Amino acid sequence: MGDFIVNTAWEQKQMCEAIGVEKPSDLFNGLPEDVRLTEPLNIPEGKSEAEVLSLIEDMAEQNKVFRTCFRGAGAYRHYIPAIVKNVTAKDEFKTAYTPYQPEMSQGILQSIFEYQTMICEMTGMDVSNASLYDGASAAAEAVMMCRDRKRKTIYVSETVNPRMREVIMTYATAAGAKVETVPACSDNTTDLEKLESLLAEDKEAACFLLQEPNYFGRLEEPQIAEKIVHEAGAKFIMACDPISLAVLKSPGEYGADAAVGEGQPLGLPLGAGGPYIGFLAAKQDMMRKLPGRIVGETTDHDGNRAYVLTLQAREQHIRREKASSNVCSNEALCALTASVYMAAMGADGMAQVAQMSAGAAHALRDALVEAGMEDVTGGEFFNEFITASKVPAEKIEQACLEKGILSGLPLDENRMLWCATEVNTPEEVAKVAAIVKELAEGGAQ
Amino acid sequence: MKLIFERGGEGHRSDFLPKNAFPAVEFEERFQRTEKPALPEVNEVEIAQHYTQLAKQAFGVSNGMYPLGSCTMKYNPKVNEEAASLKGFTDVHPLQPAETMQGVAAMYATLEKYLLEITGMDHVTFQPAAGAHGEFTGLQLIQAYHRARGDEKRTKIIVPDSAHGTNPASATMCGYQVVNVPSNEKGGIDIDLLKEAVGEDTAGLMLTNPNTLGIFDENIEEITSIIHEAGGLCYYDGANLNAVMGIARPGDMGFDVMHMNLHKTFSTPHGGGGPGSGPVACKEFLQEFLPGRQVVCEEGKFRFARQPKTIGSVTAFDGNALVVLRALAYVLTLGREGIPQAAENAVLNANYMRVGLQDVMDVPYDGPCMHEFVASAKTIKKETGVAALDIAKGMIDCEMHPPTIYFPLIVDEAMMFEPTETESKESIDRAVEAIKGICAKAYKDPEELHNAPHHAPIGRPDEVTAARHPVVRYEVKEEE
Amino acid sequence: MNFPKELKYSKTHEWLKMEDGVAVIGLTDFAQDELGDIVFINLPEEGDEFGVDDVFADVESVKAVSDINSPAGGTITEINEELLDAPEKINEAPYEAWLVKMEVSEEADDLMSAEEYEAFIESEK
Repeated sequence: MGDFIVNTAWEQKQMCEAIGVEKPSDLFNGLPEDVRLTEPLNIPEGKSEAEVLSLIEDMAEQNKVFRTCFRGAGAYRHYIPAIVKNVTAKDEFKTAYTPYQPEMSQGILQSIFEYQTMICEMTGMDVSNASLYDGASAAAEAVMMCRDRKRKTIYVSETVNPRMREVIMTYATAAGAKVETVPACSDNTTDLEKLESLLAEDKEAACFLLQEPNYFGRLEEPQIAEKIVHEAGAKFIMACDPISLAVLKSPGEYGADAAVGEGQPLGLPLGAGGPYIGFLAAKQDMMRKLPGRIVGETTDHDGNRAYVLTLQAREQHIRREKASSNVCSNEALCALTASVYMAAMGADGMAQVAQMSAGAAHALRDALVEAGMEDVTGGEFFNEFITASKVPAEKIEQACLEKGILSGLPLDENRMLWCATEVNTPEEVAKVAAIVKELAEGGAQ
Repeated sequence: MKLIFERGGEGHRSDFLPKNAFPAVEFEERFQRTEKPALPEVNEVEIAQHYTQLAKQAFGVSNGMYPLGSCTMKYNPKVNEEAASLKGFTDVHPLQPAETMQGVAAMYATLEKYLLEITGMDHVTFQPAAGAHGEFTGLQLIQAYHRARGDEKRTKIIVPDSAHGTNPASATMCGYQVVNVPSNEKGGIDIDLLKEAVGEDTAGLMLTNPNTLGIFDENIEEITSIIHEAGGLCYYDGANLNAVMGIARPGDMGFDVMHMNLHKTFSTPHGGGGPGSGPVACKEFLQEFLPGRQVVCEEGKFRFARQPKTIGSVTAFDGNALVVLRALAYVLTLGREGIPQAAENAVLNANYMRVGLQDVMDVPYDGPCMHEFVASAKTIKKETGVAALDIAKGMIDCEMHPPTIYFPLIVDEAMMFEPTETESKESIDRAVEAIKGICAKAYKDPEELHNAPHHAPIGRPDEVTAARHPVVRYEVKEEE
Repeated sequence: MNFPKELKYSKTHEWLKMEDGVAVIGLTDFAQDELGDIVFINLPEEGDEFGVDDVFADVESVKAVSDINSPAGGTITEINEELLDAPEKINEAPYEAWLVKMEVSEEADDLMSAEEYEAFIESEK
């Protein structure tokens, strides 16, 4: 059994003497009898390192890792350069605490400042926070921060990722905030006419959240949405895939007030769902409304450049019940991961990732259509699209599983949401198309 | 140190990807980005150099003592890192069919079992990504419970004045009004004032025990009874669980719901400020409201299920799986005996440090503390002008991380120390000597402390200008 | 410490003077000294209404937030926008750096004169 306790029994005895007790358990005498455990915990005995690893390796073997993955829907498989893992494995970054003492944490603070800058560049915004837990909770914080005494209603497009929408609803329900869903058109983009009429009737609209590319991979018309939303005096927020921003117009270029998204594609492994990272960036005038930590640049008394956590008076440890958000930690190590990834890839590298992903997805779509599926995405898409087929989606998924392929995500009985990235190859595309073709020809009764 | 934007230059890059094997896709002009993002232009070699330099100006748990009260900076075992890097976990997509994620399900189910034993609760959700996130989730369970009973009168949450700021902030996020109850002179909740504060509008109480002063409130059962009798529920802030795990359980103290900080009590690394994990545990009657998916075991196989009256979700997927995995490795390593032993040694180390310092600093609450204690620089400040802040900055020069300062708010010039069980007697002795030296210096040469630290990469930064005129990003210089 | 004679003072350290039928309100020298370096001020909007003692603004220093209470009841007619970008003016010249102007509908009955306020501060020590 390992316990990571350095002190020997003799050292502990010396310490007891210094304190004035006979044994360590005497220090618990102040605890009332009936809350004290009288029996040992009903958990197994501690294990050696080798046994612990063996147990966990057994669990790992019960997970299937798909070398060929065509599934996205909010978590994406991209290539992670080795330097990214190497940097984030450094103990000084991994085991450090939050940089509340700036003089001894310039390394961490500077890395966050660099992260903030890179996110601003990708999103076209003026200010970014030090990150939040994930894209969905970041989106929830973003829409909530747009509310004030006069404007309270949150509008969200139906084409936003359903998991992101659910988290927004959860936060809103807790706070008693109203959320209205703007429906999608039959082409799987937001019904902008409906958005316009909804906002025209609501003088209390706080904001509208649009995802681009949206959940179905479709490219929306943010430039039209922006005009509508700002006409109504509300804030325009865009949720984006950070990789796509390397080639697609940024929220800043569209005139958005804030940008959020899931930063997992920036060098974080799929990891069965976490830890991920939510980015949140905004225009200058919303800076003091941003939740979460923010690092700022300043100088020390010798004029040396220095970084500090700033604007702390927004946060919970100072404002307490008057804080607009309770966020305490950010995902610092994940933010570091994202910055190393963005630095390693550079703007050109990320554009390459984006283009390869789009290319692979379009080729996949063509191959699946040729194999007998119907493209029901509705129009232009980035690197995700939807198919429909007479063959039940689950049957296709199962057939792919048996061949070691993670297919697109079944959305309902017949539709599937497919994704491709720079990691997919023409051979993989051909392989999955062959499976589908076989089912389409022979399978469907 | 140079910013990464100040390194490299045009043309500096590394190639990580093969050539594009697919035909290019031309998007219509209105979708195309017009201005290239100004990311750094650096080669892998320059990246390695840059971050190696930055790491020199960061202070991890192994760099020196880290007695931050309320943070439990214990050693982060390396076996946990091995476990968390297994491809069988890192490369799993969260939306895979359940039959291909049985290992992930087993991880959640196994750790849940152990955590329920440690906490005395009935069900766990791993969805919250941090402690504050867990508080928000737990309060929503309380909110859902009252709403389901049709009770709209419960609008208030009671917190002690020693509470961590996330407690009232989380309550505000749920639309609750916060009622602050003062602590008594022993540092516990004032029972009489608590009785006055409860009523039909009490939704619940948020408490940590031991509290932020490191003191176990012996009236805890009476406290939770008072709340229950008024019809409210009791929330336990698990930040201080390291003091009592394996020795006493929140579920036995009368708490209905709680969160744990895996990055504190359960040794997962702090990462410079995250990622953490804040699982929430609750009693049976709150199960139906739990967020996200729960793991259900049926006929030897695992599946994922949602609760009938779920509050929804607080993150997109099931939780910070790779952080949970580390915590599982930790609990497997410590086991039945190791868990209470860790708590016992945490309390031993804190008391040893307390008696070491009690001659040079005020320790406002006498008697044994639990895993942390609060000292005060009040007398030192009065007699020398040297404040807790100055003492903290002086500690940086001694290659120790300062303790938590100016928290809890109810103690003037507070300094909260939590050595944790993984600190050795020897390093505590050294730390006490160093702090004694600093306190002596306060009387001999206060100016030196006012200007400390002297041996750090920077002196005290100008935080006033940083807040008045914030510069929160680097502006890429325009080419002439 | 400065206590201009023509002003009225509240127990929560705000000052008030009447100017052309409108109340001009600010923070006293004692207040700005206690608060330390002010980094930001959250001001209300024109048209907002407050009662006597209501919190109408808050002031941030690096490590704290403090509520500002209204020394009169009424409607805000003007806010000192200059302070949003230069809150340090409150520290530098507290009696020039007015926060808001208010059309008064309700007077406080416990405002003090300069002498009374100076004595009040002494007694609180």
